[in-house]
Amino acid sequence: MEAIDIFSYFLLLLLLLSGIKVVTTSNVIHAAIFLVFTLATTAILFILLSAEFVALVLVLVYIGAVIVLFLFGVMITRAPLGPNAELDNDQNKLFATLISLSIFGIFTYILLQTFDSTVVISEGTSTKLLGEILLSRFVFPFELVSFVLLGALIGGITLARKDNALMDEDQI
Amino acid sequence: MSIQPILIAAAALFSIGIYGILVRRNAVMVLLSIELILNSVNINFVAFNAMLSDVFLNGQIFSIFIITIAAAEVGIGLAIVLMLFRNRETANINEFDLMKW
Repeated sequence: MEAIDIFSYFLLLLLLLSGIKVVTTSNVIHAAIFLVFTLATTAILFILLSAEFVALVLVLVYIGAVIVLFLFGVMITRAPLGPNAELDNDQNKLFATLISLSIFGIFTYILLQTFDSTVVISEGTSTKLLGEILLSRFVFPFELVSFVLLGALIGGITLARKDNALMDEDQI
Repeated sequence: MSIQPILIAAAALFSIGIYGILVRRNAVMVLLSIELILNSVNINFVAFNAMLSDVFLNGQIFSIFIITIAAAEVGIGLAIVLMLFRNRETANINEFDLMKW
């Protein structure tokens, strides 16, 4: 077993442990921080799989923007910042464990039966090729995604702003 | 390196996300679990792209699109949670039972 294999297994273990902490910790802020750990290990895994542009997009968009959005959401909805026993729905726990374990079992069975190839680790870069393909073969979906983002922007503003007409009625 | 450990780790991350969606009470925490699920799908796409040595890099391009859509989804989702909090004074999803029969 080569050193890079051992590093990859260590990375996958770290990914799973921080993922488990995201859903089991009783502190809202800790969950967001552990999501940062999960995404950072995913980014390192992507770099190992020679997908460095996707890794950088993951770091910029997720760790840069989405986590900040989540922390704002936590603060705005006044979730308790310390440890909080009310965060989990305890009567669902057994049921949820059963469902997630059975999904994991079925997936693992199918994957072990179907795929046994090897992946190339860390051979060259792909960013130049990715840019050329993104702006030639995939240029229509690429532009379409910008409209989706515009729609999300307008929708977010419309949903989250205070309605002036309703506020006037409250003041009367 | 074999592809199987990566795929199994992605499947485990998917099931962890399902567990989080089912067990969490705060709506923001449910959105965090949805991010875990989308992340596991991204891992699968990039791993298959590396396995097949795809000349058109379809897996990487799809994972970039997934990341973009996930960012849009988080924005809309948090706006909806904010609106619910403003109307009902709570972000716990088991208290939003207006449409429950």
